[in-house]
Amino acid sequence: MKQFQNLIYGLIACFSFAFFSVYAVANDSQSAKAKSDTELLVALTQVKLKQMNPLLDQIKSSQAQTALPIFKTLLEGRLYYVRSGKHLIQMQKIGKEKHYFELESATALPHLTKKLVKKVKLNNSVRRYLRSAIAELELSHPDAKIRAAALQSLLSNLETNLQVTIEKRRALETDNKVIDLLDVALNLYQLKQSESAALQIKAIEQLASRLEIPVKNQLTTVAETSPDPAVKQAAFDALKEIEHSTNRYELVDQLFFGLSLGSVLLLASIGLAITFGVMGVINMAHGEMIMLGAYTTYVVQLLMPNHIDYSLWVAIPAAFMVSGLMGVIIERGVIRHLHGRPLETLLATFGISLILQQLVRSVFSPLNRQVFSPSWMTGSLEINPILSLTLNRLYILAFALIVFFALLTLLRKTSLGLNVRAVSQNRNMAKAMGVKTGWVDAMTFGLGSGIAGIAGVALSQLTNVGPNLGQAYIIDSFMVVVFGGVGNLFGTLVAAFSLGIATKFLEPVTGAVLAAIIVLVFIILFIQKRPKGLFPQKGRAAE
Amino acid sequence: MQVKNLITSLTLVASSVFSINALASDTIKVGVLHSLSGTMAISETTLKDTVLMMVEEQNKKGGLLGKKLEAVVVDPASNWPLFAEKARELLTEAEVDVIFGGWTSVSRKSVLPVIEELNGLMFYPVQYEGEESSKNVFYTGASPNQQAIPAVNYLKDELEVERWVLAGTDYVYPRTTNKILEAYLTSLGVAKEDIMINYTPFGHSDWQSIVSDIKKFGSQGKKTAVVSTINGDANLPFYKELGNQGLNSEDIPVVAFSVGEEELSGLDTTPLVGHLAAWNYFQSVETDSNDEFIELWRAFTKNPERVTNDPMEATYIGFNMWANAVTEAGTTDVNAVEQAMIGQEASNLTGGTALMNKNHHLSKPVLIGEIQDDGQFEVVWETDSTVAGDAWSDFLPGSKDLISDWTAPLKCGNYNVQTKTCSGKTL
Repeated sequence: MKQFQNLIYGLIACFSFAFFSVYAVANDSQSAKAKSDTELLVALTQVKLKQMNPLLDQIKSSQAQTALPIFKTLLEGRLYYVRSGKHLIQMQKIGKEKHYFELESATALPHLTKKLVKKVKLNNSVRRYLRSAIAELELSHPDAKIRAAALQSLLSNLETNLQVTIEKRRALETDNKVIDLLDVALNLYQLKQSESAALQIKAIEQLASRLEIPVKNQLTTVAETSPDPAVKQAAFDALKEIEHSTNRYELVDQLFFGLSLGSVLLLASIGLAITFGVMGVINMAHGEMIMLGAYTTYVVQLLMPNHIDYSLWVAIPAAFMVSGLMGVIIERGVIRHLHGRPLETLLATFGISLILQQLVRSVFSPLNRQVFSPSWMTGSLEINPILSLTLNRLYILAFALIVFFALLTLLRKTSLGLNVRAVSQNRNMAKAMGVKTGWVDAMTFGLGSGIAGIAGVALSQLTNVGPNLGQAYIIDSFMVVVFGGVGNLFGTLVAAFSLGIATKFLEPVTGAVLAAIIVLVFIILFIQKRPKGLFPQKGRAAE
Repeated sequence: MQVKNLITSLTLVASSVFSINALASDTIKVGVLHSLSGTMAISETTLKDTVLMMVEEQNKKGGLLGKKLEAVVVDPASNWPLFAEKARELLTEAEVDVIFGGWTSVSRKSVLPVIEELNGLMFYPVQYEGEESSKNVFYTGASPNQQAIPAVNYLKDELEVERWVLAGTDYVYPRTTNKILEAYLTSLGVAKEDIMINYTPFGHSDWQSIVSDIKKFGSQGKKTAVVSTINGDANLPFYKELGNQGLNSEDIPVVAFSVGEEELSGLDTTPLVGHLAAWNYFQSVETDSNDEFIELWRAFTKNPERVTNDPMEATYIGFNMWANAVTEAGTTDVNAVEQAMIGQEASNLTGGTALMNKNHHLSKPVLIGEIQDDGQFEVVWETDSTVAGDAWSDFLPGSKDLISDWTAPLKCGNYNVQTKTCSGKTL
């Protein structure tokens, strides 16, 4: 009996203790919530990279509201902290300068310098975590486009614990595109988890028209491993259908690659088509005119570091002037004196190309220079999961065509164009008619070089800006001009695009090295058969 | 008139030759054989400056053997045959005691017969494909088992990579390295269809279809990585295209063997962030000796932003070892210094010491770094201890049985342990 009483006392004591302690903890956590949140953020500045992901997980679950902007800033590598107070801030690059701002209010912190702050470090595993965490948080973003993008990135790594979230979202969702993607995700879950063959086949049927890569991978696994022959067959059929449309889009993709390479070739060679085609000067320094244009872009960006997005619009005329002026100087200083001696012209211009290369090496250093891409030129235009066209290539393709037609109009409609054509067709006759052939020569050479400079602006967006930039394009340029037919701008256009497309269709089959060789051999054979190229000049001009 | 000119120039030449001879007695001459013009100037100029800085520092300490050091700089102009001519000029006319030089493998191969014929001494500071060991050359850069193999191990073990793209520029270093890597991966049980090998010409700039191929290859549900031996200028357009086509470093990481701080300086590194590189040295490693070295380098080049890189560390180690070996041998005679070099230890800039092995290759640690947006690397992995450089790869059928040992009694760069012969064969 005594023992029983003791037990009861003990139990009461236990309960009351437990009750009070729970109460106390609850009370404490209310007031300490805010404190622990800031503590978590401070921990972000001290933690080792390996412990970063669990910490971020804590932040995500404890404060979903503030987590998203922090995660985004961190992923972009802009999350910094003040060394002394471990206070998180954000960095923003304006031109080349780093500026620091408060994380939430974005008020500027002008007193902070590079030495007072430190970057929060991250590596690939943290980045991967951040991307999926951001996608998860953005599933309920008000913008449908962002929701769709978030789903896209979640699809490739569908974790089982997300299923409930996705189902909930599906019930709320109103946007059709997002609904489609949510269905894809749910069907993928179905396919992975369902025991019933009928449900699996139904899921497969709904997935059959989707081009998302995870769908294809999941179907492949099912087609290979499913124990049920009916499911296997369904997956196999669906894969076939997907394969079919994938192939079609890939063909379009390849065609675009070819057109894009063609546009680069066109830009690089169109200036040469004028100097070589119209004047008959073998200008080995043509590549260096391109290089000068690219360096002009670099200098322009140096001069306007805060307006990178507009820098190309300034760089285009500037590059035209710089390269054009250099062209005029070369023509007046050297080529004029070697008129009618092609071999000597070739050697002299080759020498000039070496001089110009070493000149930029001495002035700008032999290292490649950094040319920024404006924000509107980065990224790609996504048409579907298979087909996406990169924006910089798209712009350059359009730009090449604009330059081409502008040049064509110039040659056809202006008096300079008339003079140029007259001199190229019959120099002596033109001279006799009072055309100042010397002046026309200088202008033509300047025009060709200026266009090369413009090509340099475009190429600075695709490749390295260094002393060897021009050499990489000079051979290709000559190839295009000779293939297209000397003295014919349309020939250059057709030749550039057909060489571009041919190379890009050969490359996946033969590899890049062999593709270049095959194209070169083809051109050699072609020139044997038709020495004047695709579109030879006819009539007296051909003499 | 012409005759007069000729005579004057002859006198000038003669006097300069005499002055060289006059100097020869009281200085130790250090030849610098790095391209200062042409395509390779971008990388090699830095190494020339590094050697000059090391010479200056050594002279501040009083030189060697009571003599001052004197650097003799020549410019082989990125022209491979000219490397051989300039090496001959250094050895016969300037009579240098040691040469620091070379970058590309073809330049080293070009110098090799000259330096062996004239019994010179050369330090080669760049990572290379291995399969070589000469009595007259010390290789202070990484051989494939000090760079490529550990990098593959990292990808396999830490990132669980199952499919491999071996992408390289089409010349000897990538071809040999990829041959070794392919053999290594196959020996690990990786299937043929999980390895994609791709070569591109020098300076390749249109990566659209290759990147799209890699994207396709990498989207088969297995983790894919690119092992890149892409050289020089072709790198930036490659990474740019990766970024534009939406492949980021978490999906398909690229580990590169030719991208260092110097190559990244002055580039927009945004598309490269998160990709990897394997080296024996990174500027970002925080040690006292490294801080000191960086400070010294920036003071020497009068550029507070100047970066350091792995071949510079290799030059630094090589130079210090050579200085020690000369002190130890008490002479600059090539045979004596060569023997004194073996077993030499010198401190790494990343902490620890490097050891010169019997095969003229170093034991060094291997680091993997992730590219950051400031053009520096964040070390994410390193080997537990140092790795001894292998002159002959264990994974190639032709070189499996070969070892290199320049100590007595073997004294052979390519001793076949099976047939017990010194074949004199080089691949």
